[in-house]
Amino acid sequence: MEDIKMFENLALITLQHYWYAINALLGALLVFLLFVQGGQTLITRIGKSEVEKSMLINSLGRKWEFTFTTLVTFGGAFFASFPLFYSTSFGGAYWVWMIILFAFIVQAVSYEYRSKPNNFLGKKVFDGFLFANGLIAPIFLGTAVATFFTGSPFHINDLNQSFWDSPFRGLELALALNHYSTYINLSLGLGVFFLSRTLALLYFMNSIEDATILRRSRESLLKNAIPFVILFLFFLINILVRDGYAVNEQRVVSIESFKYFNNLIQMPVVFMMLVVGVFMVLFGILRAYLKHEYSGKGIWPTGIGTVLTVFSLFLMAGFNHTAYYPSTTDIQSSLTIYNSSSSHYTLTAMSYVSLMVPFVIAYIWYAWKAMNKKKIDAEEIENEHHIY
Amino acid sequence: MEQFDFTLIDWSRAQFALTALYHWLFVPLTLGITFIIAIMETIYVKTGNPEWKKITKFWMTLFGINFAIGVATGIILEFEFGTNWSNYSWFVGDIFGAPLAIEGIMAFFMESTFIAIMFFGWNKVSKGFHLTATWLTAIGSNLSALWILVANGWMQHPVGMTFNPDTARMEMMNFWEVLFNPNAINKFLHTIYSSYIVAAVFVVGISAWYLLKNREIALAKKSILVASLFGLIFSILTVGTGDESAREMANSQPMKFAAMEGLYYGTDHAPLIAAGVLKDDPIPENKDKKDFFFEIEIPSALSYMAFLDGDAFVPGIHDLVHGNEEQGIMSYYNKIERGKIAKQALTDFKIAKKENNQLAIEKLSAKFNDKEFLDNYFAYFGYSYFEDPHDIIPSVPFSFYSFHIMVMLGGHFLILFTVLLIFLYKEKLHQMRWLLWLTLWTMPLAYVASESGWIIAEMGRQPWVIQDLMPTMTAVSNIDSNSVIITFALFFITFTALLIAEIKIMLKQIHIGPNDGGH
Ligand code: HDD
Ligand code: HEM
Ligand code: HEM
Repeated sequence: MEDIKMFENLALITLQHYWYAINALLGALLVFLLFVQGGQTLITRIGKSEVEKSMLINSLGRKWEFTFTTLVTFGGAFFASFPLFYSTSFGGAYWVWMIILFAFIVQAVSYEYRSKPNNFLGKKVFDGFLFANGLIAPIFLGTAVATFFTGSPFHINDLNQSFWDSPFRGLELALALNHYSTYINLSLGLGVFFLSRTLALLYFMNSIEDATILRRSRESLLKNAIPFVILFLFFLINILVRDGYAVNEQRVVSIESFKYFNNLIQMPVVFMMLVVGVFMVLFGILRAYLKHEYSGKGIWPTGIGTVLTVFSLFLMAGFNHTAYYPSTTDIQSSLTIYNSSSSHYTLTAMSYVSLMVPFVIAYIWYAWKAMNKKKIDAEEIENEHHIY
Repeated sequence: MEQFDFTLIDWSRAQFALTALYHWLFVPLTLGITFIIAIMETIYVKTGNPEWKKITKFWMTLFGINFAIGVATGIILEFEFGTNWSNYSWFVGDIFGAPLAIEGIMAFFMESTFIAIMFFGWNKVSKGFHLTATWLTAIGSNLSALWILVANGWMQHPVGMTFNPDTARMEMMNFWEVLFNPNAINKFLHTIYSSYIVAAVFVVGISAWYLLKNREIALAKKSILVASLFGLIFSILTVGTGDESAREMANSQPMKFAAMEGLYYGTDHAPLIAAGVLKDDPIPENKDKKDFFFEIEIPSALSYMAFLDGDAFVPGIHDLVHGNEEQGIMSYYNKIERGKIAKQALTDFKIAKKENNQLAIEKLSAKFNDKEFLDNYFAYFGYSYFEDPHDIIPSVPFSFYSFHIMVMLGGHFLILFTVLLIFLYKEKLHQMRWLLWLTLWTMPLAYVASESGWIIAEMGRQPWVIQDLMPTMTAVSNIDSNSVIITFALFFITFTALLIAEIKIMLKQIHIGPNDGGH
């Protein structure tokens, strides 16, 4: 590493942008992978017989670890690159994160334990855990992402220790119905929920070989996609017309009208990604709904579109001199990529680590290609040694 | 003096201890059994004997049950640094966050990808590919241990960083120093090797039960062969790395070392207490009070263990609190004073910044780059939070007993694996009912030894989260204690329910046996 200096000479602010973008990408992948959660809320709707349910659960059960691991890595990467966000948000919005974490704790055992004999709590309880996880995770994570635009009540002292200014520990962000911003937060939370269900339906159509499941999935598609589109539009329009939190060269934070709208205009690439992303999401859904031969493929454009859309939302919130985690009680405490990041040295070291990401993606791809050669069907469920 | 909310601190500690100890109930088995399974599958692929495939699949089923709950309890540990130790997260995030992120990128994805092939790929990928996936699962899970233990080793012996008064945190200066911290290396090796013992005891324990019940004889004997050999090798290595850890501790954490040995007054030719019963809390000042009811000593062995020199002086708790000029040991009183000077410099710096007093800012910044100030004053920064040195002594009974239990059990496992191998070789194992019963009942003891190791490592370092730099009480989140009490209760209930479920499922699968396993 002595001679080859790939990252060492980059300016601190370049590294800060690079790492914010990586976190944004992980966040975007996480939202896409929440299809597992969405699917968990659809098992009894789409599956009526035991075999059908079993096919659905097993198709989700082989993917849940990815969602889980992505969440863990998202947390770890934020900790390493923007530790002040990690300490402020997790230590501050204590109850929000605890509820999310409990929802994942109970999920992690449920697949493995639900159909094992003598499992103490009974199959119904484990299936209930899966449902709860499917409901809570997308809504709470979506609501939390919305606060990147609407802000949270906290302040930070001169030793960079953070204090949350609400006794409700983050729950106020979803429950204080006397604030308009709560509705914006909730619109994204519920929007992500319906999106995750939409994605799940497309995933079922892609990975399960069963005519009934295919038919039921298609029938449910628009019932979930339409609420998603309405909620998402509500959210998007609101943040575009809203005041935002700008940060200047002296690192002073101020309110700027139409900040997020301006960000889109001033960052045409982000704007393009958003437009393309939204288009792909809608294209995948509509084509899968309308064209039967295509229905297995809808997950691809909609999935990629989801990643692009969420990625560009994150960039809108943090790039172009914007405070990505605004404080509503002490505006100068707002977190920006400049005041909350790790040191130049650490970001450099971590950047070398990030070079491994393509390899990781490559082996995941390769492994799953080998595994997915054949779709899941009733016969496999009958004969498989390890089933959920 | 700052105000500390001790209710909050104690509950936060209790919660972390609870969740970490629960997580650790499942981790060691994962670390070890994946390798045992990989060895078994290798034998299957090499010999083509379907009996070995059946054996592999049987242990894999048990592993899957354990793995799920290991993951469930792991996620909370990662996020708890933020939720419950947020001041800590900022203070050390620049160093500590990196290993956690690398763990996610390097290890967790590897584990979760290949585990899917291991469980579902039997009929989908080639034999060779499947075997590779099994090995990669084992390697992935052990890599995850590496990174988290690097982080933990850094807390015991912070290296490779500097304090930045501007941001009021520790910043990384040298990644390689953090990674190759001797404390971290020992910790990693000792932890994984000892975990292989836990897994080996698990496998021989269940196999012994089958022999007692006269079932699955072939499976049981083959499994005992593989696991006993594996366990024996790593028992020896565990003793070696544990010994190395102790030496490391004597150098960087002498108070922990003294507490773990119940050593109140330092001596040269210090004897090792092989076993003993402590009197309750002798006061370090009271020279006459005897600290043990009874003890079995090995002369000079402690001096040798600590410094590889039987004549060496080993400081006791009294020497560390009151200092020992003869031996050149600085007292805790002195360290507290020096720590306060360092803290004052930081306060002055913050005031100067508020008043925008450039002259003072420059002068004080220079101080935080001055080696003399760093080594003689800032090195004791954490001591500034204490008034009474007696508050800087960890619990002696906890440290003493957990260490001695661990070491004694280490001896027991070593002998057990040897004896099992001898009788297996003589083909008499099946008749040795007492030995089989003993093997079965050793299963819980492996967990006791492993958890005891963490108790000495973590409780022994109290009251520090980061040795000498950050006391535990300053590390907590600024949050109300009621919230923590409620989450503590929720964790307790949830984890206990899941643990019961795990044990019941596991027992059922063992009763069912290999022929019909997996459902
Ligand atoms: C990477 C860091 C790390 C790692 C690998 C571990 N711990 Fe730890 N432990 C901490 C970081 C930490 C900590 C954040 O530093 C705590 C929280 C409060 C404290 O004082 O230290 C702590 C406290 C703590 C306590 C409470 C001590 C007390 O407050 O009196 C116990 C019993 C354990 N740990 C046990 C464990 C076990 C069983 C682990 C194995 C999985 C473990 N620790 C791994
Ligand atoms: C106290 C610090 C710790 C944290 C923050 C932590 C974090 C985690 C997390 C988040 C997971 C779930 C990851 C996933 O599969 O997606 C996990 C699982 C795991 N952890 Fe920990 N862990 C800690 C201590 C340890 C230690 C000390 C070891 C090993 C020596 C260890 C080894 C493992 C292993 C092997 C798994 C895989 C799951 C299983 O064991 O069943 N962890 N840990
Ligand atoms: C037989 C001789 C052994 C010796 C001399 C020994 C020594 C030690 C020492 C000194 C520590 C504390 C390290 C620190 O705090 O920095 C430790 C920790 C630990 N020990 Fe042992 N040990 C032995 C056997 C065992 C056995 C048999 C097990 C479990 C099966 C075990 C499991 C652990 C664990 C999990 C830790 C915590 C991780 C760590 O700090 O390395 N040890 N051991």
